[in-house]
Amino acid sequence: MIGNIFYHLRTNLRLTAGLVMFSLIVLFMLLGPMMVDVRQARPLSTFPSQPPGPDYPFGTDDQGRNLFAAAVVGVPMTLRVGLIAGAVGVGVGTILGFLSGYLGGRVDTLIRGTVDTLLTVPGLVVLISIASIIREAISVEIMALVVALLAWMWPTRTIRAQVLSMREQPYVQMAKLNGVGTWEIIWRELMPNLLPYLAVSFVGSVSAAILASIGLEAIGLGPQNEPTVGMTIYWSIQFNSLIRGLWWWWGVPIFFIVFLFVSLFLISAGLDQIANPRLRRVA
Amino acid sequence: MSLGYIVRRIGLLLLVVWAAATLNFFIPRLSPTRDPIRERLGQLAATGGLNAEGIEEMVRAYQARFGLDKPIWEQYINYMSDVLQLDFGYSLSNYPARVTDLIALALPWTLGLLIIATLLSFTVGTLLGALTAWPGSPGFMKYMIVLFMTLSAIPYYLLGLLLLYVLGVQLRVFPLFGGYALGVTPGFNVELISTLIHHAILPAMSIVLSGIGFWGLSMWGMMITTLGQDYVTLAEANGLKGRDIFLRYGVRNAILPQSTALALSLGFIVSGSVLVEVVFAYPGIGTLLFQGIQGSDFFLIYGIVFMIILSIGIATMLIDLIYPLLDPRIRTGKKE
Repeated sequence: MIGNIFYHLRTNLRLTAGLVMFSLIVLFMLLGPMMVDVRQARPLSTFPSQPPGPDYPFGTDDQGRNLFAAAVVGVPMTLRVGLIAGAVGVGVGTILGFLSGYLGGRVDTLIRGTVDTLLTVPGLVVLISIASIIREAISVEIMALVVALLAWMWPTRTIRAQVLSMREQPYVQMAKLNGVGTWEIIWRELMPNLLPYLAVSFVGSVSAAILASIGLEAIGLGPQNEPTVGMTIYWSIQFNSLIRGLWWWWGVPIFFIVFLFVSLFLISAGLDQIANPRLRRVA
Repeated sequence: MSLGYIVRRIGLLLLVVWAAATLNFFIPRLSPTRDPIRERLGQLAATGGLNAEGIEEMVRAYQARFGLDKPIWEQYINYMSDVLQLDFGYSLSNYPARVTDLIALALPWTLGLLIIATLLSFTVGTLLGALTAWPGSPGFMKYMIVLFMTLSAIPYYLLGLLLLYVLGVQLRVFPLFGGYALGVTPGFNVELISTLIHHAILPAMSIVLSGIGFWGLSMWGMMITTLGQDYVTLAEANGLKGRDIFLRYGVRNAILPQSTALALSLGFIVSGSVLVEVVFAYPGIGTLLFQGIQGSDFFLIYGIVFMIILSIGIATMLIDLIYPLLDPRIRTGKKE
């Protein structure tokens, strides 16, 4: 198993690159609090609008936040929204995908129809209408749950497709003929083979959830008093940082977002190669 | 294409629209402790931002729609009949403007921007993706994958911010915000058209560039699979011209899943462009929605949300109805 992991890391450049980038973010989150006073993530705690320099590596914003401290506090929050929403999405998606793919029939028609319909609905816009009602009450956790409302459709779709094709595999048919119960087949035959797909699905959902949460925050529908990555972008747009030449104010959050998305994308593409060995030939 | 298919597809659209309207009706009621719209009206009255008459008119409209003096099913039916006529009531922060009129003013901007940007990014992205997978392409094309990945990993509006900074603030090639220059004579003249295009280029570019990454990446994957099929090998063995194999054997087959993906991602594209408009203060639906959020203008927010869901529902349906024309297997009603 361990040898297997090293084999994949050595041959799978995307997965390795993605994991290295992601570890750098984790390292930043772990070491950050030791390098800066996190209380400086609050407004009015430093001099406003200072460019990056020895004292403030990422500069400070117009309201006197130390942007380095804001990133140390905010990046884990943004990641937490993604992880919670991604976990809920994949959890619900796995259950529905299994029900749909394994049971078939009317259940399948209903679930598949609902998913395909909801997928065409502009998710962010629906989330906006929900978030605007509970605007003052939004915290990091509530944000995650709001985003999770629409995070289960893609996982349901992919997992259903996988279950559907696995159900007909000879080893599953064999288990059925031998009188193995439905639950045991699901746990012992299907689940282990599904793990790589679940992992791909999870990374994809985390990434989509972070994208949605940053989108909501960038138009002001986020946790108002927390320096999450999206809220930092919102404030920097609100205070015209672009025209005023405060490039670090919007530059820092964009850097973190792009870095995070590229790392998640590489991890997901790498896991995909493990899940679908046929992809390995071309990549 | 069978009549049954068309009827089912139209039925699905009606179902989505009904669900969206119902959601809009119930969301304000789900708020556990308070009634945000009534509270907002009270706030407006207290700050004296509006004349008393306006407030009363709005409270009456509010009563008719959300008021608790009637049984809930009756409110629901009233609400639904209003929505059917696309009447979303007054805008809370722009009284006496009606939500429908505000949307009608903003809609052409968004439609123009989105239709052009989506078609452009879909065509260019699909073509580039296909060429990247084609073995006959020049060697440097294989590095396109890296470009596709990076572009598709950046959200539209962040790409917009970067473009705005480089081309707007630093190089001053393009204007920083808005949809047209002030002081231009309205009407169909060269001056107006050039200022319209000049203002639309940056927002369109951020949607197109990021879209090219997405479509290029997915077409590349599809094309690789298609080119590995036996019929392509046979075509090569028969000595067909490379261009024919590329277009008629490769692209023609690989483009089918692309168009399904287009139908599925319209919602995503629109969500992304809402934020692009905010970044560029482009006078379309997205900016209007942003203003609605800023002013807690709930009627405006719900009106826009409903209109967006309705238009995407219609667009998705059109793509689904066109799809059978592309794929004979669906047209004849046979399965694979």
